[in-house]
Amino acid sequence: MLAFIIRRISQAFFVVVAMVVLVFFGTYVIGDPVWMMVPGDATQEQIEAVRRDFGFDQPVYVQFFKFLGDVLHGEFGRSYVHGSSAINLILDRMPATLELALAALILAVLIGIPLGLFAGLKPDHPASRSIMAVSILGFSLPTFWVGLMLIMLFSVMLGWLPATGRGPVVSIFGLETSMLSLEGWRHLFLPAINLALLKISLVIRLTRSGAREAALQDYVKFARAKGLSQQRIVGVHILKNILIPIVTVLGLEFGSLVAFSVVTETIFAWPGMGKLLLEAIQRLDRPLIVAYVMVVVLLFVTINLIVDILYSALDPRVRLTGTQS
Amino acid sequence: MSRVDLTPVAKPPTARPQGELRRFIQRFAEDRVALVGFGLLVLIILVAVLAPVIAPQNPYDLGKVDIMDSRQPPGVKAGDGFTMWLGSDGVGRDLVSGILYGLRISLMVGVISGVLAATLGLFLGLTAAYMGGRVETLIMRIVDLQLSLPSVLVALILVALLGKGVDKIILALVVVQWAYYARTVRGSALVERRKEYVEAARSLGLSHARTVFKHILPNCLAPVIVIATVQTAHAISLEATLSFLGVGLPQTEPSLGVLIANGFQYMLSGKYWISFFPGLALLLTIVAINLVGDRLRDVLNPRLEK
Repeated sequence: MLAFIIRRISQAFFVVVAMVVLVFFGTYVIGDPVWMMVPGDATQEQIEAVRRDFGFDQPVYVQFFKFLGDVLHGEFGRSYVHGSSAINLILDRMPATLELALAALILAVLIGIPLGLFAGLKPDHPASRSIMAVSILGFSLPTFWVGLMLIMLFSVMLGWLPATGRGPVVSIFGLETSMLSLEGWRHLFLPAINLALLKISLVIRLTRSGAREAALQDYVKFARAKGLSQQRIVGVHILKNILIPIVTVLGLEFGSLVAFSVVTETIFAWPGMGKLLLEAIQRLDRPLIVAYVMVVVLLFVTINLIVDILYSALDPRVRLTGTQS
Repeated sequence: MSRVDLTPVAKPPTARPQGELRRFIQRFAEDRVALVGFGLLVLIILVAVLAPVIAPQNPYDLGKVDIMDSRQPPGVKAGDGFTMWLGSDGVGRDLVSGILYGLRISLMVGVISGVLAATLGLFLGLTAAYMGGRVETLIMRIVDLQLSLPSVLVALILVALLGKGVDKIILALVVVQWAYYARTVRGSALVERRKEYVEAARSLGLSHARTVFKHILPNCLAPVIVIATVQTAHAISLEATLSFLGVGLPQTEPSLGVLIANGFQYMLSGKYWISFFPGLALLLTIVAINLVGDRLRDVLNPRLEK
C-alpha cells in the first residue's frame, strides 16, 4: 500500500514537472510580450527598460531556472496587465469558480440521481424513454449555446433571473459565498445549471445502469422478501450500493467542471478565474496564463491522486494491476 | 465476427465480401432513429457542400450585403427581393446563407482535424502496441497525461499560444484528439498482434511496416470508426466553443461558433434569432453525428450481437 502511494505521488510529481517545462517553453514561443506592455510611441530606451525590468534580456535557460525557482516559491511573476502578483489574482478569483463548480455538482446530483433511478427502475415507462432522450441530447448540446438560450429565455423573455454577475456575497468563516442568500442563488442558478448540464446527463446514465444492475441482485430480492417498502429498498439498499461509482466519477469530473467554467463564466460574466484566464489570453498576459495552468494542473493531479489512493484502499485489485505494468 | 480467423495467411481481410457489407447496412437500418440521424447528416453535408449554389446570398460578397437589411427578424424580405427566412445578422447578412457557409467551415475543420488526429493516433497507437517496451511506455504515458486534462482547457491554452487562424485551430484540435485514437487502436492491436495471421505474415518475410499497416491495422478499424464519429462531433463543438470565446476562427472564416458569438451582443435586446438559428444548426449536426455513432457502436461491437 505504501509503495503504491509513493509510486503514485512520484508519478503525479512528474506530471507537474512536465507541465512546468511545457508551459514555460510554450509561452516562450508566443512572441515578445514587451510590445503588449509599452505604449505605441515608446522610445527604444523605454522598451529596453521594460525588458530589463521583467528579465527578458536574459538567455532562455537563465529565465527558465528563475521561473522554476519562482514556481517552487509559489510565485509566478506579476501580471503584465494588472501589475500585481499573478497567483494572487488567480487565488482571489478561485472561490467564485469553486462555488460555481460546487453548485453545478450539487445540481447534477439532485437532478441526475432521481431521474436516473426512475429510468433504471422503470425502464419501459414512457417517461424513462424521455429521460434517456433528454440525456442523449444533453451530451450533444453545445454548452455555450445553451447558456445563451438560458439567458434568452429566463432573463430576457421571462425576466425571472438575472443574466450576469455574481450578486451579493455573504462572508462566512472568511470565505465569501453567494449560496447563503436568495439573491445569491438567483444569480448562481443559471450559470450552475448551464455548467451542470453535461454532468446531469452523465449522472442519469450512471445511475440508470447502476440501478438496473442492482435491481436484479439477491440482496434486493431478499429485502423485498422481508417485506420492506419499495421506498426503503430504493432509498437505502439500492442507492447506497450504486453511489460508490457515481461519487468516484463525480470526484474526477469536478476538475473538468472547473475547466469548463471558462465558457460559462464568460457567458454569464461570473467573476471567477476562468473569465480571468480568457481575458489573459486575449491580452497575452503570460504570467497569468501560466499561473492559471499551474493551479488547474495541481488541482487535477491532486484530485486524481486522492481518487486513485482511495480506490486502491477500497479495492486491492487496483494496486496489483498497477505493479505489473 | 469470425472473418479474422478464417483468412489467416496471405490476403489481409481489407475488402469485406459484398454480403457482409449488405448485412452491415441492414443491421444499421434496423434502428429507425439512427436512420433519421444518418439522413439528417447526409442532408447537412449536402447543403454545406452545395452552399454556394443554394444559398440566396453570398455573405462574403460585400456588394451583395446591404446594411439596411441588418437585424431583420425571420421572414422579412431583403432589399434584393428574396425572403430572409431566418432573419439577418448585425451587418445585414442573410442568416440562411450565413449558416450554410458556416456549416461548410465547421464541418471542414471538424473533418480535417479528425482525419489528421486519426492518422497520428493510429500511427502512434500501432507503434506502441507492436513495439512494446520503452516506446510503448513513453507513448502511453503521454496519452495518459493528455487524457487526464480536459480537452477544452488544453485547446484553449494551445490557441492562446498559437494565435488565431484555421490552421492553428486544426492543430489544437488534433492535439486534443489524437490520444483517444492512440488508446483505442492500441487496445485492439494488442489483441490482434498475438493472432496467428500476424505470425504468418512475419514468417512470409513481410516487413514490420507492412505487417502493421496492411495486416494488423485493417482489423483494428471497427472501434476506430466509432471513436471517429464521436470525436468529430466533439471537434465541431469544441471549435464552435473556441470561436465563440473569441480565440478560435477569425471573423473572416465565420464558422457557426463565430455566427453565434456575433449574435450574442444583440441577444439582450431580444433579437434572439442571430444566435439561435446557427446554434440550432450546430446542435442538429452534432446530434446527427452522435446518432450515427451510437448505432455504429452497436452494430460494430461483436459483444452486443445476439
